[in-house]
Amino acid sequence: MPTPFSTGIRTEEMVLNIGPQHPSTHGVFRLVVKIDGETIKEAVPVMGYLHRGTEKLAENLTYTQIIPYTDRIDYLSSMTNNYVLCHAVETLMGLSIPEKAEFLRVIVMEMNRIASHLVWWGTYLLDIGAIGPFLYAFRDRETIINLFNELSGARLTYNYMRIGGVKWDAPPGWIEKAKEFVQYLKSELPNYHVLVSGNEIFQSRITGIGTYSRQDALDHSLSGVMLRCTGENWDIRKNEPYSIYDRFEFDVPVATEGDCLSRYHLRLQEIEQSIRILEQALDQFPEEGEVMGKVPKVIRPPVGEVYVRIEAPRGELGVYIASQGKDKPWRFKLRRPSFVNLQILPKLLEGVNMSNMVAILGSIDIVVGEVDA
Amino acid sequence: MGIDLQSIEHELQEELNRNVLFTSLETLKGWVRSNSLWPLTFGLACCGIEMMGTGGAHYDLDRFGVIFRPSPRQSDVMIVAGTVTKKMAPLLRRLYDQMPEPKWVIAMGSCATAGGPYIKSYSVVKGVDQICPVDVYIPGCPPSPVALIYGINKLQEKIRYESKTGKRVDLQ
Amino acid sequence: MSEEKRKPTPEEKAAAAAVARAKAKAAKEAREAQANAAESDTGEPNGEGRADAPQAEPPIEKRKPTPEEKAAAAAAAMAKAKAAKEAREAANGTTSDADPDAKAKAAAAAKAKAAAAAAAKAKAAREANAGETSDAGMDEDAKAKAAAAAKAKAAAAAKAKAAAAIKSNTGASSVEPTAEEAPPSKNQPYLDRYVQILTERFGKESIEDSYINRLSKEVPTLLIKNEHWHGIAQFLKEEPALQFDYLSNLHGVDYEDRMEVYYHFYSYEHHHSLAVKVKTTRENASVSSVTDIWAGADWNERETFDLLGIDFPGHPNLVRIMMPDEWIGHPLRKDYEPFDEGV
Repeated sequence: MPTPFSTGIRTEEMVLNIGPQHPSTHGVFRLVVKIDGETIKEAVPVMGYLHRGTEKLAENLTYTQIIPYTDRIDYLSSMTNNYVLCHAVETLMGLSIPEKAEFLRVIVMEMNRIASHLVWWGTYLLDIGAIGPFLYAFRDRETIINLFNELSGARLTYNYMRIGGVKWDAPPGWIEKAKEFVQYLKSELPNYHVLVSGNEIFQSRITGIGTYSRQDALDHSLSGVMLRCTGENWDIRKNEPYSIYDRFEFDVPVATEGDCLSRYHLRLQEIEQSIRILEQALDQFPEEGEVMGKVPKVIRPPVGEVYVRIEAPRGELGVYIASQGKDKPWRFKLRRPSFVNLQILPKLLEGVNMSNMVAILGSIDIVVGEVDA
Repeated sequence: MGIDLQSIEHELQEELNRNVLFTSLETLKGWVRSNSLWPLTFGLACCGIEMMGTGGAHYDLDRFGVIFRPSPRQSDVMIVAGTVTKKMAPLLRRLYDQMPEPKWVIAMGSCATAGGPYIKSYSVVKGVDQICPVDVYIPGCPPSPVALIYGINKLQEKIRYESKTGKRVDLQ
Repeated sequence: MSEEKRKPTPEEKAAAAAVARAKAKAAKEAREAQANAAESDTGEPNGEGRADAPQAEPPIEKRKPTPEEKAAAAAAAMAKAKAAKEAREAANGTTSDADPDAKAKAAAAAKAKAAAAAAAKAKAAREANAGETSDAGMDEDAKAKAAAAAKAKAAAAAKAKAAAAIKSNTGASSVEPTAEEAPPSKNQPYLDRYVQILTERFGKESIEDSYINRLSKEVPTLLIKNEHWHGIAQFLKEEPALQFDYLSNLHGVDYEDRMEVYYHFYSYEHHHSLAVKVKTTRENASVSSVTDIWAGADWNERETFDLLGIDFPGHPNLVRIMMPDEWIGHPLRKDYEPFDEGV
């Protein structure tokens, strides 16, 4: 039935606040959108609700004391955060790490990558509307968390790595349990695809949205899966290898469409590649060896600055340390991937239907602890 | 027509003992409220992930009647899980005010209890009890899901206790 | 001279002791270099820390310890020992109060001989290596390593010589200056090319300093003057030879007498990195914004403004991002006093 008004229905733009407390914003992240009907005209992200001042606190702490703080920046992948700080100080001081410690580091980092991607998968599908995968993801994540609990004593913020190695050796039987888990996950991963990836509603919901080109990605300094979904084959583990990643054979999944569905598939493929690395690392694991290298009692790096970057599950995580020769850093800066990757969100949300906003935001895979730090 | 309780048969008396409870209305209300606490999803930081894990399949919270609600108007308890910063504090107070009575607050984790590891930071509120009254504090960084379930059970006991003695709220 | 045959004078004793010490040090360095060559290839634990060889990032193909490299290190050690012996003979040949010039000349001659011998050996090693691998970087590394070892040992010898000369001749001042101990980094040619391209376009006064940051994986670092920064930034992105299309990091550092903004670039076309620092004062901290060139600099500059107070003229929306809008002060500064002390 045509409308009774001769001029059509008059609409007005509305400013809607998708507030910091929201089930789908992955934490305290606020998005102020100007919408016309259901189309977003402009989106302005507001952050800082979790800014805890880690960089300022670090200027009064010795390097080993900063390690627990790095855990809490990206709390879903604490091991990679620990590693980047230890790697930066070790590069600055020129320390060498014993082999068993390097193996343990790679094993826990890859397991943490799997755990982080599982949480992303579960919560992304929860945002889109499916409640089941969240439970499956957390069930499998519990096994990893329990393994880490045995290894380092904590479930989420491990504080495991030290400058020069790792703190604790793998307890007896841990490697066998890890191998069992890897085999279990390898057989379980196809079930995830059966559950979700073939679903027509899911596919029609996230195909073709949140698309951008490779040039956009480079301009906006995107990294990680956000960059690889546009066709750029770049993974710091392969291109600028650190630790002992150059000993393991693994592929880097790359897609070309640049939309949410390709990012979804890339992350699941990354889990498969991590499983491959884990199999090789657990096979080659040296039984004998020290887990901590020769490190001076007081860690005093020479005067200078260092900037290192590694491949975290969310992208390129970097640490800059300016040292004045003391045991505390002069400036400690974290280059956080979620913070930098989020800059493309206003551009991606222009002209998009409101219901796609959650899907696009979820596919960027942010952790608000990292956005704010 | 009156019922003379002294003169009924023994089997009937046993039956009555098993199936009829005598209690006050307040105690009944306390029992009911404690067994269906609906929290507001207020995961701020790392503790939020442990809260999500508690809601997962392994440490199921649904068996305690706990269902997470996204809106403050529909929730009974606010589990503040994570660090409260000075930028977030006014919003937290506003959410607390939007919750209808009776309401409770659980401070989960050491950041919500007293500022936690960020106690020397320039932008962190040293404990959520500077903003709203707290009923149960759960220590840990982050507290294990077991600890969170223990804290929720403690809150349930507190609700039942206070229903008999009257809830005392000290609004500041 | 019969005197010296009978009893070595204290000066010569000192000289011989110094030379012996230098020889021992050189032997230790040779062992370290060998151990390092072995360690970086097989990953065995070596807690001795850095040797003089550059800690280059290994290329994607693994480097195997070739016998030629080991031979090069051993040859360098032999050359060093030979140089030390010649230097000692030269010292013994002169009188105790001989002029330092002759000593220095003898030392220089010995050093040149050692360097030439090492270079010849290294060239032979490189040619042998070229048959095995085709990675130019590896040859450079081997050559650099051998040259490094030889140079380092020669420098150690020269240093010891100079110390002995000073001890024996008080007031002797014209000792040979120590050669630079560190070998040229593998990124030095990149740095030289950047400096050359930039000075061609912008003149020499736009670059304040340029060096290789050895502690930070040998990244070439430039210190650009604040006035020229925006033009140079545009040039860095668009010039086909440089093409730094990816901005990895942007932040500010508060040194107490100045502020610096640190940028880290990477080029996906040419696969090289660059670090740039721009200095500014603390009172009027202001660095030209590069948001129009790299859009990813947007929020980084806002964060630097918020926490450190550095202004970025040209930024489209320079407001606070982390702190609440009504916050007073810039928290990351070294002299920050929280205005709400006690909360």
